[in-house]
Amino acid sequence: MKSRKAITLWSLAIAIVLLFTACLIFGSVDIPLSGVTDALLGRQTERHTWSVIVIESRLPMACTATLAGAALAVSGLLLQTTFDNPLAGPSILGISAGSSLGVAIVMLALGGTIGTSFGSYFSVLAGALLGAAIIMVTLLAFSSMVKSTAMLLIIGIMISYLASSAISLLNFFSTQEGVHSFVIWGLGNFSGVTLDRLPVFASLTTIAIALSFLMVKPLNALLLGARYAENLGVNIRATRNRLLILSGTLTAVVTAFCGPIGFLGLIVPHIARLALRSSNHIVLLPATALAGAAIALLCTLISVIPSQWGIIPINAITPVIGVPIIIYIILNRKKILYFN
Amino acid sequence: MQHPDVILSTRNLSVGYRSGKSVTTILHGLDLTLRRGELVCLLGANGIGKSTLLRTLSGVQAPLSGEVTISGRDMTHYSPKELSRLISIVYTDRTLAGALTVNELVSLGRHPYTGFLGRLDHKDRTIISHSLDAVGMRHKADCHVATLSDGERQKVMIARALAQEAPVIILDEPTAFLDVASRIDTMRQLHSLACEHGKAILLSSHDINCSLSTAGRLWLLRHDRTMSEGVTEDMIMNGELESLFSDNRKVSFDRTAGDFHADTEYLHTVSLDCDDTILRHWITNALHRNKIETGNHNSPINITATSATHITVNGIPATSISQMLDMLHARL
Repeated sequence: MKSRKAITLWSLAIAIVLLFTACLIFGSVDIPLSGVTDALLGRQTERHTWSVIVIESRLPMACTATLAGAALAVSGLLLQTTFDNPLAGPSILGISAGSSLGVAIVMLALGGTIGTSFGSYFSVLAGALLGAAIIMVTLLAFSSMVKSTAMLLIIGIMISYLASSAISLLNFFSTQEGVHSFVIWGLGNFSGVTLDRLPVFASLTTIAIALSFLMVKPLNALLLGARYAENLGVNIRATRNRLLILSGTLTAVVTAFCGPIGFLGLIVPHIARLALRSSNHIVLLPATALAGAAIALLCTLISVIPSQWGIIPINAITPVIGVPIIIYIILNRKKILYFN
Repeated sequence: MQHPDVILSTRNLSVGYRSGKSVTTILHGLDLTLRRGELVCLLGANGIGKSTLLRTLSGVQAPLSGEVTISGRDMTHYSPKELSRLISIVYTDRTLAGALTVNELVSLGRHPYTGFLGRLDHKDRTIISHSLDAVGMRHKADCHVATLSDGERQKVMIARALAQEAPVIILDEPTAFLDVASRIDTMRQLHSLACEHGKAILLSSHDINCSLSTAGRLWLLRHDRTMSEGVTEDMIMNGELESLFSDNRKVSFDRTAGDFHADTEYLHTVSLDCDDTILRHWITNALHRNKIETGNHNSPINITATSATHITVNGIPATSISQMLDMLHARL
């Protein structure tokens, strides 16, 4: 039992190292491994551009993918346990829709673009964070009014529909250029976080993931259902609110920096549970974070392979990996431990 | 003066729901006591308020008025954490805990005692294995909860409640989904937890027969929503069980069998001569099912039975109860 957990965690860690390295080596320009190590160690590379590509493009992209993958996966796990529902995920509660709405307002109504200028970048970022925050506050307000978790989930889905409808309206009334940059943002990509912006992204995601580890004990109690958790002395509402804030922050930060990335938050916790054969959050949470990072890196690697056409949008790849897993889980529900 | 073993008591307790300004009182004027080392069964018809009462007593739901005293203090004065060390609850809810091992699930009972990350120390581990021993599930400690039968799962949930080390254990229909063997086994174990571990155990049940043989005392919710409590056998002899269901439910309590039976309108009467009590019981059972009453010797049909294969109907021999019934049908 113990060894299975150790093996899973170690293989995930090794997979991350391998995939991370692969993301530095592969891309539109062929750079040999020696060129990559030279660039990383700050030595003179054979060609000057290699160093620029590795340090300013591939390294931040790989770091972003690692952190974003882990953040979305952890966010999904927190939501699945909070809502006692295996189909809960960051994109279902309206939090990413809220971010999208914020970005849509910036890009479509205020005429901002995904341009490289510092001002426009930060207004998009602020829009995404603000949009997510507003949805989250609304959700928390409802959370203190409705006791049933299932009802809260439905309210989340409804809010998500409202946000989507507002986005459609904005799209309808906006310029072609605005729609274009919004669509590009909506495709999701890990390459938008440049080296100088990486520290902000990295510290936000790392702090939120670290805080999630402090919730391991109430998360395990919640596995028994709210009524049992309450009897174990867990303050259900306070815990639920903390979990919503954490998962909301994780989703909002990733969506703000990378666009709405679908499926990762939904499928990764399932992959981690299936691999561990356990839903004990003491191992499940780290395994989910590691698996999220590994799968995001894998998606990034796939996205850069057809080098001459540039980078494939991440959201075109995640469903290809995600849908078969979801279907497998639905078909094998009866055999899967954590459903029984 | 209260009995020194009383751990939980209520005074003029009203339970029900409050939503906005409207108050729905379900039960009122309850004065109840629960003592250490006793198993009490709460009996009552569906929808009479058993679960509401249990929820109120376990502190999940606030009382409408009156008070619940536990361990000498008003329940509302305890913090949730303090309360979790006084009362543990077992529900019949399905949980998402299938992928936890039995050991991990029982260790959740240590939640009120462990630190921030829920790390278990030596004492916690000892208590967990003792709890598993108490319900006889130690050998399954490393199995996943999903692989257990319903009965085993219920035992593990009871072990979890034990690991919580609360003096009071409240169970809401703990035997509802179990087969007869697991039902009896679970009740036997709960009984020994009360006797040997000094726990005060309160459970609701629809299994009258099992409750009457295991419970030291009954809390009986009459069909008119009044409550009576007392030692099980006193309650039976005082005719309290008869007030469990209203007359229009068409059942009556059989004091000999200790269970409820359907009211039957008998169409015929026969006389029955039989010295063997078991045989007499089952012939009567067959007759009652066929709406035939056993009465005095003036009736036109007279049945005698010396064994299951030697029965006569008005002197004509029958070799089985089935044949006896055929002969009766021909005559009535």
